[in-house]
Amino acid sequence: MLYSLLCYNREDVVWSWTKEEDDAVMSRLSVVHEKLVKEGKLGPSLRLLPTTAAATLRGNMVIDGPFAETKEQLLGFYVIDVENLEAALDVAKQLSAANPTSVYEVRPVALFVPDARPNAPKDVIRAY
Amino acid sequence: MTDLSWINTSLTAARPQALGALLRYFRDMDRAEEAFQDACLRALKSWPEKGPPRDPTAWLILVGRNAALDGVRKQSRTTELPPDEVISDLDDAESQLAERLDGSHYRDDVLRLLFICCHPELPATQQIALALRIVSGLSVAQIARAFLVSDAAMEQRITRAKGRIGKADVPFETPGAVERAERLGAVAAMIYLIFNEGYSGGRDEARAPLCDEAIRLARLLLRLFPAEPEIMGLAALMLLKQARLPARFDADGEAVLLEDQDRGLWDKKLISEGLALIDKAMRHNRPGPYQVQAAIDATHARAATAAQTDWAGIDGLYLALERMQPSPVITLNRAVAVAKLHGPEAALAMIEPLETPLAGYFPYFGARGAFLLQLGRNHEARSAFDRAISLAGSAQEAAHIRRHLDRLIRQAH
Repeated sequence: MLYSLLCYNREDVVWSWTKEEDDAVMSRLSVVHEKLVKEGKLGPSLRLLPTTAAATLRGNMVIDGPFAETKEQLLGFYVIDVENLEAALDVAKQLSAANPTSVYEVRPVALFVPDARPNAPKDVIRAY
Repeated sequence: MTDLSWINTSLTAARPQALGALLRYFRDMDRAEEAFQDACLRALKSWPEKGPPRDPTAWLILVGRNAALDGVRKQSRTTELPPDEVISDLDDAESQLAERLDGSHYRDDVLRLLFICCHPELPATQQIALALRIVSGLSVAQIARAFLVSDAAMEQRITRAKGRIGKADVPFETPGAVERAERLGAVAAMIYLIFNEGYSGGRDEARAPLCDEAIRLARLLLRLFPAEPEIMGLAALMLLKQARLPARFDADGEAVLLEDQDRGLWDKKLISEGLALIDKAMRHNRPGPYQVQAAIDATHARAATAAQTDWAGIDGLYLALERMQPSPVITLNRAVAVAKLHGPEAALAMIEPLETPLAGYFPYFGARGAFLLQLGRNHEARSAFDRAISLAGSAQEAAHIRRHLDRLIRQAH
């Protein structure tokens, strides 16, 4: 079963992290990522730029900013392949332990279209 | 992150909104600041044990307000803190307050705080000091170090600014649409000044954080005005400039020219965010100086190598900027693009008339010297560089020009 793990946090806080703080969280997360890769559970995952960089289309209207103004924002997500909700929650717990201020929403995936670009890279692409 | 640093980050992020709300309650900056300080002290005591509250900002506002009211009631500043059980009983009240905060107050509170700092009666130096102290929460000592003045002088500057605001009529009602638009420009200018203070400080440890702080304030402003293209432009401009920081200095701390920088060192995360913002801004078709300057930096960011720079595009953007805000400094910058496009002779002709208005401007003589050098007019180049050194504002600037001179002297031998 495919689950998505949606990571929420306060972007004003997260994007104020110093490079050292950000690197510390990312390196703790990468330990979890590597484990998941070995277990064959990790699908694609994304870290998003802040919602101030977003635009939202409603009907024909392009609105600057995110879908909704909330205290916490969607900052990234994972797709994982695990047995059931219990296993998905277990992964979420590992991520949460590495990134304690973030909240993870576990949402089952209904449709998954893999990266179909002819030269889709196999490696991690970073905007940073 | 250490155990307590997440609390500090959280407190800093909550500061503008919490302080803005406390200012709305108390209508007195000192009392609002004191209430916020109280709330922070209690947070440092209570959060490590209990974890962060669901809504840290609402918690701080409520605790700060109660503590201050308590203080007023007892007419004493040495009142003991209420026992922890009382503080821990806040959950219900907190969620109620959070509901109310979700409404319109958030925007108005933060905006009022920014507008107060940019009060038209305050000179720019006081606006910046006040914003860094009140909105960003930097300590007086930190701000003093960044501006190379003593703690006492900075304390006085801030106290004076607060005094002026106290005397001036600060409106506590929601600012009207016209006033908002007017003051928004002042806030944007103040944020850009903060950035430039940090940027011109190079890798100076006391000044460099000002760049991050300015970017943080721009993101805050952008959340308040998500559809203002000039605010997007301002944020993009600063992000794209800041992205080059890791490449701006060599191992000896000497400045590295844009065209000589190792572009692999540029911060791609900041560049992505800057490019996304300038893209969004352009869709509005309401160009302004920040957007045009950001577009110039975006052109550099998009060039994989210095040789691939779209100089014609940059020339056009500087022309647009010259028309928006005519200034010899902008013309001088355009001359650099013109030199790339049409050669140093054309650039030199373009900057000749600027010698009088820019007689005291170090970069003018640096650029003039560089153009003359390209033309092989070494003798004249040398006197231009000498003039530049005499006007250099920092040892770094002087050292940079001196390297040109050294090359000239080596050639002469």
